[in-house]
Amino acid sequence: MPDEQPILKVRDLCTRFKTGRGIVTAVDGVSFELYSGETLGVVGESGCGKTVTNKSIIRLLPEHVTRYGEGSVVDYRGTNLLELKEHQMRAIRGNEIGMIFQEPMTALNPVFTIGWQIEEALQYHTDLSPSQRRTRAIEMLRLVEMPNPEKRIDEYPHQLSGGMRQRVVIAIALCCEPEILIADEPTTALDVTIQSQILRLMEGLKQKTGTAIILITHDLGVVAQACDRVIVMYAGQIVEMAPVRQLFHNPKHPYTKALLDSMPKPGRAGHQKRLPAIEGTVPSLFNLPKGCRFAERCGHRQNNCETALPDLIAIGNEPHSSKVRCFYPLGETA
Amino acid sequence: MWAFIIRKLVYNIPVYLAIIFLLMVLLRQRDPVTGKLGKNATQEDYISKRKEFGLDQPIYLQYGVLLKSIFTFDFSQESWNEPGVTVGEKLRTAVPRSLALTVPALGITTVISIFVAMLSAFYRGRWIDRLLVFCAVLGMSVSFLVYIIFGQYFGAYKLQQWLGTPVFSIHGYESGLLNWPFFMLLPVLISVIVSMGYDTRFYRAVMVEETQADYITTARAKGAPQSKVMFVHMLRNAMIPIVTRVMITLPFLVTGSILLEEFFGIPGMGYVLLSAIRNDDFPVVEGFTAVFAGLFIMSIIATDILYAVFDPRVRLQ
Repeated sequence: MPDEQPILKVRDLCTRFKTGRGIVTAVDGVSFELYSGETLGVVGESGCGKTVTNKSIIRLLPEHVTRYGEGSVVDYRGTNLLELKEHQMRAIRGNEIGMIFQEPMTALNPVFTIGWQIEEALQYHTDLSPSQRRTRAIEMLRLVEMPNPEKRIDEYPHQLSGGMRQRVVIAIALCCEPEILIADEPTTALDVTIQSQILRLMEGLKQKTGTAIILITHDLGVVAQACDRVIVMYAGQIVEMAPVRQLFHNPKHPYTKALLDSMPKPGRAGHQKRLPAIEGTVPSLFNLPKGCRFAERCGHRQNNCETALPDLIAIGNEPHSSKVRCFYPLGETA
Repeated sequence: MWAFIIRKLVYNIPVYLAIIFLLMVLLRQRDPVTGKLGKNATQEDYISKRKEFGLDQPIYLQYGVLLKSIFTFDFSQESWNEPGVTVGEKLRTAVPRSLALTVPALGITTVISIFVAMLSAFYRGRWIDRLLVFCAVLGMSVSFLVYIIFGQYFGAYKLQQWLGTPVFSIHGYESGLLNWPFFMLLPVLISVIVSMGYDTRFYRAVMVEETQADYITTARAKGAPQSKVMFVHMLRNAMIPIVTRVMITLPFLVTGSILLEEFFGIPGMGYVLLSAIRNDDFPVVEGFTAVFAGLFIMSIIATDILYAVFDPRVRLQ
């Protein structure tokens, strides 16, 4: 990992929602750094806070029911994004931080041409003239490897396939050359061949532009293919943070291990027993256990796991060594 | 597109013919003649009156005569009630009066209720939304007649007593642009208030669905200001339901509001049609229905065309 300053520092991010059943803490004390040019994976089951974490960073949550913690900081180039006014945040969205979404079928506005939708972002963040914007939009479409961009620019989303639409969504997110790209399950809705094309495309664009990518996914295959470092989240907290190799070869947290075990392994499919699944369900955010949130489902549980919540602690002394939230992290040979 | 329009028109011809035929048959279940003869009429008087009205002809001939006058736009048949006045003259005087009432009412209602609905959808679940929905439901729950009677009592009668001069007319009509506020403003306002509740709730439901759409998040993630998100992204997508609702009401603009015209004594289409029905004035009823049915079919075709204008996914084929 580069030893430069991180482009984004998230410190103790807590995101709470006011709901009809009371206040719920969807993200609880998440801290991490993002460095230029890296791809940071965020994995975890549905509802573990991956999306909320990232929507908090770009402030796309419904503000009237959302409260951020007292000490929460999202430090982007010395500015705490959580303290910005909506109009200041608008200058950052799409410009400094781009975002792409899970459902390319619905993420684009069906009644405007894709050119219009790319040019719209340029209109908000650049001084380009309409004709320059169009040129730039065609350039972007070419960059995301859209075939025949001069013709495609005037087409509507429904005239494009899912993969093509996701390319358009990426073009919109990248047209103002953001420093950070948040990709929220960008390939989940696509079939596997298109999925890997899109991932390769994102990797290539990252090389060209130096954009840092936060890649949210629940697909460990995607993580293995695309990420440099990985954050594993569980019930609103980070349970493990590690470079991708280390995570796959030497998971420290029992949850990470269980996730990896529940992944099908190529070549062994035919004569393996049933794929192991993680027993039980994620605890309700309304009724979180006092101790470790994974304790109930954990095979390595000890007595104190249920009474005390472990901290996220670094393993080893190197600056980028992995961190794990477990009293009994799994050993090297686990 | 022209091929589409022509094909739609052709498809609708049988519908139209059926409407007219049904109307004729149903009307002729009544006896329009006896009521128009005096107490001492003889059998001969009765027969000659039927002959005068053309009711002695077989029904297919009467149907043919009516169709011919409709398709040649020749509404020169005289009203049975007001001899000397043709159906065409009645249409020409009554339609503009109705339009003077209904067009402003529809325009104002649609614009205000879409705006209120967007506000409500944007602040969904918060006090302003709850207040607006409460008002809408309250407005819907009160009878049209209550609005008319209270409007006439407070808006016209009491206001006149208080100010010493009449501000709004209670009953009666004179044409002319300068007379419009005096005779029409109060009925228009009542009409707006009556429709606001329904329209706001309908448009709110439409807008709430749009606010949850993914493309709204994409637009916000691009850095779009709230005004653009609402009035460009959302409104354009909401145009299909809006167009549908507005277009469905369009033909009714011509028929006017029967209740309002009746209570305020405005001799528009509703008023004329109602009195024609009461008096078994068949030519007037038939003429008005022919026009109304025609407009209805045309507005349905126009709705399809507007769909294609607003939504690129719709193709006219």
